[in-house]
Amino acid sequence: MPESLPLAQLWVYLAATPLTGLTMTLVAYSGAVWLGQRFGSPAWLNPVLLSIVALVAFLQVTDLSYSDYFAGGQFIHFLLGPATVALAIPLYQQRAHLRELWRAITFGVGIGVIFGATSAILLAWFAGADWPMMMTLAPKSVTAPIAMGISEQIGGVPSLTAVLVVLTGVVGALIGPWLLRWMGCRDERLQGLAMGVAAHGIGTARAFQLSPLMGAFSGLAMALSGIATAWLLPWITYWAP
Amino acid sequence: MAWIYGLTGLLVFQLLGEMSVRLLHLPVPGPVVGMLLLLGWLFWRGDTPPAMDQTAKGLLTHLSLLFVPAGVGAMVYAEELLTHAWAVALTLTVGTVLTLIVTAWVAQKTQRKPSARTRGAD
Repeated sequence: MPESLPLAQLWVYLAATPLTGLTMTLVAYSGAVWLGQRFGSPAWLNPVLLSIVALVAFLQVTDLSYSDYFAGGQFIHFLLGPATVALAIPLYQQRAHLRELWRAITFGVGIGVIFGATSAILLAWFAGADWPMMMTLAPKSVTAPIAMGISEQIGGVPSLTAVLVVLTGVVGALIGPWLLRWMGCRDERLQGLAMGVAAHGIGTARAFQLSPLMGAFSGLAMALSGIATAWLLPWITYWAP
Repeated sequence: MAWIYGLTGLLVFQLLGEMSVRLLHLPVPGPVVGMLLLLGWLFWRGDTPPAMDQTAKGLLTHLSLLFVPAGVGAMVYAEELLTHAWAVALTLTVGTVLTLIVTAWVAQKTQRKPSARTRGAD
């Protein structure tokens, strides 16, 4: 089969270059966003979930390893760092709201963070998870770069934490707005707060789709809960038996 | 050119954050300290530089894209996730539902009291 040879050589090249992983990530995400918009961005067509499913399927079919994929994916993953720093900007621009709603923000985020981390540890313990798994799950509600840092510090597995963080965000984005309306929380600012505390950046992305005000508050809550969890969680686990 | 200035600014603050964490042995990830340093700088300056504002908006609007490569890592941990399937499922669903409810409930309870004006908005 002399004709299949150039194709095989092409694949050897494609599998080795970071270009493939990077391009496929952007293609999958663009496709997922396009598909969502065509159907009016319903919650169940979550772009992150769709992209992940598509990329895992692609890697399975092509037999490409995750580390080969990540050679390209890391360029996008790296941007989580500057994106975390960038959270200071909406935080600064919402300072008037901060002053007005400081009570709801302080108590909502503070208690939400302590409750979120403690409930994660207790639920995992109840389900029979071992200590490393409990520590891996504990920072699940915090945005990935912060959660990975915390996980490493308290004895979890950082890259597994990243996966769980993404899944938590997808769950929160799927059920959050519906659940909050159901419980009678109609203030978009407070809905945003809860989304940011429970479902970090993916919840924030969903909140921005629903309303810019909800998105801004979700971003604010995500930044504050990230800081609060980074300070509080090592302390909470320190006192755990 | 604006996005280069913007990204440079963000990376400089991230680097300052990472350096502070290492030098002062802080128990917080570097980007978080970078965020706090940037926030302090913005308050000191009194406004947001347009280039940084633009870059931050670009990054944050598509924040969910940045989680995709980490999420694909689920395939590596398929076995680990299946072993702990029950703990993972329970924590991710029940934990997230409870966190949403508790946060919104506490925020609602603490917000109403200070002024009667906010009642008009309901």
